[in-house]
Amino acid sequence: MVDFGGWDMPVQYSGIIDEHHTVRRQVGLFDVSHMGEIVVTGPQAFDLVNYAATSAVSKMAEGQAQYAGLLYEHGGFVDDILIYKVSNNDFFLCVNASNQEKDFDHIVSINRFDAQVDFASASYAQLAIQGPKAAATAQQLTATDLSKIRYYRFADGEFCGIPSRIARTGYTGEDCFEVFFDPAHAESLWNQILEAGAGFNIKPCGLGARNTLRLEAAMALYGHEISATINPIEAGLLHNMDLNKDFHGKAALAPTLEKGPSRKLVGFEMTGRGIARDGYEVFADGLPAGWVTSGSPSPTLNKNIGLAYVPADKSELGREIHVLIRGAQVPAVIVPTPFYKRAK
Amino acid sequence: MYPDNYRYTKDHEWVTVEGDTATAGITHHAQEQLGDIVFVDLPKVGDSCTQGKTMGSVESVKAVSDIYSPVSGEVIAVNDSLSSSPEVLNADPHGTGWLVKIRVSNAVELDGLMTAAAYQEYLGGSH
Repeated sequence: MVDFGGWDMPVQYSGIIDEHHTVRRQVGLFDVSHMGEIVVTGPQAFDLVNYAATSAVSKMAEGQAQYAGLLYEHGGFVDDILIYKVSNNDFFLCVNASNQEKDFDHIVSINRFDAQVDFASASYAQLAIQGPKAAATAQQLTATDLSKIRYYRFADGEFCGIPSRIARTGYTGEDCFEVFFDPAHAESLWNQILEAGAGFNIKPCGLGARNTLRLEAAMALYGHEISATINPIEAGLLHNMDLNKDFHGKAALAPTLEKGPSRKLVGFEMTGRGIARDGYEVFADGLPAGWVTSGSPSPTLNKNIGLAYVPADKSELGREIHVLIRGAQVPAVIVPTPFYKRAK
Repeated sequence: MYPDNYRYTKDHEWVTVEGDTATAGITHHAQEQLGDIVFVDLPKVGDSCTQGKTMGSVESVKAVSDIYSPVSGEVIAVNDSLSSSPEVLNADPHGTGWLVKIRVSNAVELDGLMTAAAYQEYLGGSH
């Protein structure tokens, strides 16, 4: 067990590699109840969320989920979040555990609208069912037709007889369902999901596999790929930004938008022998050039992979870089991301 | 589990000596704590090592851990099979998962290491 944002959480159950393959091939169950929830309601709930978030909230339908950044005035990340739109007067935000108080304070501080912001983390447990057999597992436990919930959509219904928010969202690059519900029922739902997935050899999965799975899918982790000192353009999230609206932090991004970012997030594979780890120094053309934000063996690809910030003019695909591993510069090559994409 | 003819360090290495040749590795407890071992970095034959100083590292999916030399001396053999099959360290850490053989330069150092019984007591106390 490790301390993760104040939560006691298992790194692994049966082993990171075993859990990782289980999610890629069958189905895994993650307890992600540490995630925070913030609810924004009221006549101008949309206006507040649309101003707080970098993304095109105006394009969201009811029952849709969307990835977004929350930015400081200076353009760095407060957090990255998922927005769930219940209606124009009701938005449900799923935020990172260790940022939740900060996120809440931030949203309240920029609330010049007729909107109510409530800290709701204590009202929700969250279980994530992830893998090719996620739908077949989850469907056994609900009357809601899960085939009608498309990727990044959600529905409110009963799950194991408990009122729940059932979302087709996840953090592994696989098909996925995340269920939000009253924490009083967490243990019961956990056990019932494991029972429902038994025919698919479902396994409980910990933080270790969660990290290797999201890294293969090249999904950002706060404190690694994104932080208060990184802006969304550097992080490669320009496509996620709605530049046709005003959002908090947008003004500070103007120079980066005009000139392009000076550094970029890239994916790399080690070509030399060694595993890049978070924080290791990166060299390009023999000079210090950046740092590894996440690095790990990839159980699916059987390679050592990572994400790193490098100067924009040294970020092209195919370029050789070097990662400083225990004093030695070990070669790696810049490759496209995501490292892994599931077959549709 | 922990052979009686081995000696153990607080950093979870083991060593056993025949004549002036020590064979060293990491303990069952160490591999269990690390989880799936995917990478092993060992010294080269001819390198000298010093008791308690880093001589290499093992990596699990999640983390890097230094290996400290249990005795001082010169490296005379390394277990090359571990570079292609690091998982042997999980399966058989006290046997085929040995790391290095060292020509011992100061046999008295062994007296400072733990017996199997003392190591198991140490493990019991550290939990």
